[in-house]
Amino acid sequence: MTDKYRSWGFATASRQRAIVPRWAPEIEQFPKAQEQWGNHSRLAFGRGRSYGDSCLNSAGYLVDTSALSRFIHFDRETGNLSAEAGITLGQILDLVIPAGWFLPVSPGTRYATLGGAIANDVHGKNHHVDGTFGRFVSRLSVHRSNGQTVDCSPRSRSDLFNATIGGLGLTGVITRASLHLIPITSDQLAVRFDRFRGIDQFMSLSSGCHDSHQYSVAWLDCVSRGKNFARGVFMSANHLDERTTLDLTRTRKRIGIPFSLPSRILNKYTIGAFNSAYYLAHKPRHARTVCQHYKSFFYPLDAIGNWNRIYGTRGFHQYQFVVPPGAESVLETLLKKIVSSGAGSFLAVLKEFGTIKSPGLLSFPRPGLCLALDFADRGDATVQLIRALDLQVREAGGAAYPAKDRLMPAESFRAYFPRLNEFLPHVDPESSSDFWRRVSG
Amino acid sequence: MASVAIREAPTDAKTSVVIFGATSALAQATARQLAERGLRLHLVARNAEKLASVAADLSARGASINTTQADLDQIDQHDQLLDSIGGIEECWFFYGVLPDQQQCEIDWQATATALHTNFTSTASLLTRVANQLASRNRGLIVVVSSVAGDRGRGSNYVYGSAKGALALFCQGLRNRLAPHGVRVLTVKPGFIDTPMTAHVEKKPAALWATPERVANDMLKARDGRRDVLYTPWFWQPIMCVIRSIPERVFKGLSL
Repeated sequence: MTDKYRSWGFATASRQRAIVPRWAPEIEQFPKAQEQWGNHSRLAFGRGRSYGDSCLNSAGYLVDTSALSRFIHFDRETGNLSAEAGITLGQILDLVIPAGWFLPVSPGTRYATLGGAIANDVHGKNHHVDGTFGRFVSRLSVHRSNGQTVDCSPRSRSDLFNATIGGLGLTGVITRASLHLIPITSDQLAVRFDRFRGIDQFMSLSSGCHDSHQYSVAWLDCVSRGKNFARGVFMSANHLDERTTLDLTRTRKRIGIPFSLPSRILNKYTIGAFNSAYYLAHKPRHARTVCQHYKSFFYPLDAIGNWNRIYGTRGFHQYQFVVPPGAESVLETLLKKIVSSGAGSFLAVLKEFGTIKSPGLLSFPRPGLCLALDFADRGDATVQLIRALDLQVREAGGAAYPAKDRLMPAESFRAYFPRLNEFLPHVDPESSSDFWRRVSG
Repeated sequence: MASVAIREAPTDAKTSVVIFGATSALAQATARQLAERGLRLHLVARNAEKLASVAADLSARGASINTTQADLDQIDQHDQLLDSIGGIEECWFFYGVLPDQQQCEIDWQATATALHTNFTSTASLLTRVANQLASRNRGLIVVVSSVAGDRGRGSNYVYGSAKGALALFCQGLRNRLAPHGVRVLTVKPGFIDTPMTAHVEKKPAALWATPERVANDMLKARDGRRDVLYTPWFWQPIMCVIRSIPERVFKGLSL
């Protein structure tokens, strides 16, 4: 038992048991682990970048995949890559970028593993044009509790394949996967910044860049009220190539985030001040385009080791939800609720999802407006707020993201994932998680 | 002119860096760094499946890899093994076992097996490789010994004595080969978090190093002029103290 295994939001104080296979065949150790611990259920654990309890298994044990991080094959001509599931996206990027390739979809951290990216069917700033990570997986292997490793792809055993994409690790332990990379000619991006006020302005910026920009995302102020309500900074970007012309005179460092502050200093005044500073730091009215390294564009928070510690040992909740097209007013209502609660954080991210379907049966991204934000854990008040938000998301026909969640009730889960019944037959009989026990109850 | 140069160049192209025990965690971490430098690696290990997966990883990283599956305990096959590998420029010895000390205390066969793998077999390969390098007047040999070889401890002397003997053997070999321009680097790592030590409780945590850290230190030492490397560095003063404790006192300590 060790407390080494925690989720990113410090969701639980419960200790986790784990086996650490160094070679894929050692996953077979599980009968031994069962015998030793007198329990059955297991769950793959990568680098603990899920925020809630979907990566924990207090009643059973974890299969720590961090040592299963070898490349299997990398074709520099075609951009096809195969690797063991415990490899991190960062390790993949370090290898493929010099060869002129890039991940087809990047979540917010390069420390997530390949297996985790598949099990959560992660999305990125290019969802509106490219869809989710799972769309680029050409093949994967799942170790089932009957001792068999099943190879599946969109063409063979596609039922298990589709269940495993976004399947939260419940179809078995993903041991390896193959991926189509995308070609790039530079590790830099041309990033355009536009300020906006209100969701309407955001929507017009977002729809305006659908055809012109591969990446788009917005930072949203969820503290300010009155005339500053729902203000933000919209970012749209493309990989840099020879054709890009930049107004480099405007290039300058982005504002630093005061993360060295002790967590006690994080309150509504400092967060409000941060939000204002961030907004004001982006030149008023007219847009500007700057050149940014891929790391600072895709993974700004990775630059701050263990940034989750700023919330102190009590940790924090993250809530990420999507409301369907046409329900923008619901998002506005929810935002008002968050603003008036004073619980809003400084890291609120707004993104319009596109219509491209994922193969994953339990995939979270779907057309609509998606907002992600942190709440420092202030006990009951925070829980009440999130429950209230969840109720409205459900009424609006939206969904919340399991990878960020530790409160979702079973009825919400069923409402958010209408293909659950197709998924259930593929759940490995001896796979489970804290999240799964809650939502399947 | 260029074509002549190309025809003469292959002295380097034919030779390779040989890694004995290539599937050990430390060997894998080291091989990745050697591969990044564009060196040609020849991996030798007993388990074919693991060997293939390590080779695939290094190939994907762009390295040029050869492999030979071999049980290095089989000393009578060492000549044949080295013949099949061909010209050696540099070789690293990573293999070894951590025997069950208590079992060894009651079972000579267990002790003999551990001594055979950890010392005799390596000494056999060293003897043959040394002559090959000496005849060409160049080369590098890196041998992973252990801090456990610096003093006989009641709790771990079977492993320790083999590693100690290995360090002594390397010291002699170094002095013999120095005039031939062949360098011998003895590495004495402390506690490393690897499968070999998976069952050992990792306390105190500060003394346990990752294979990557130790590999980094070894690569630096490889590029320098060091003869003996303690890694991480703090093991040098620690072992200095441990070696200097009088035996009379040491007997009373349960180390």
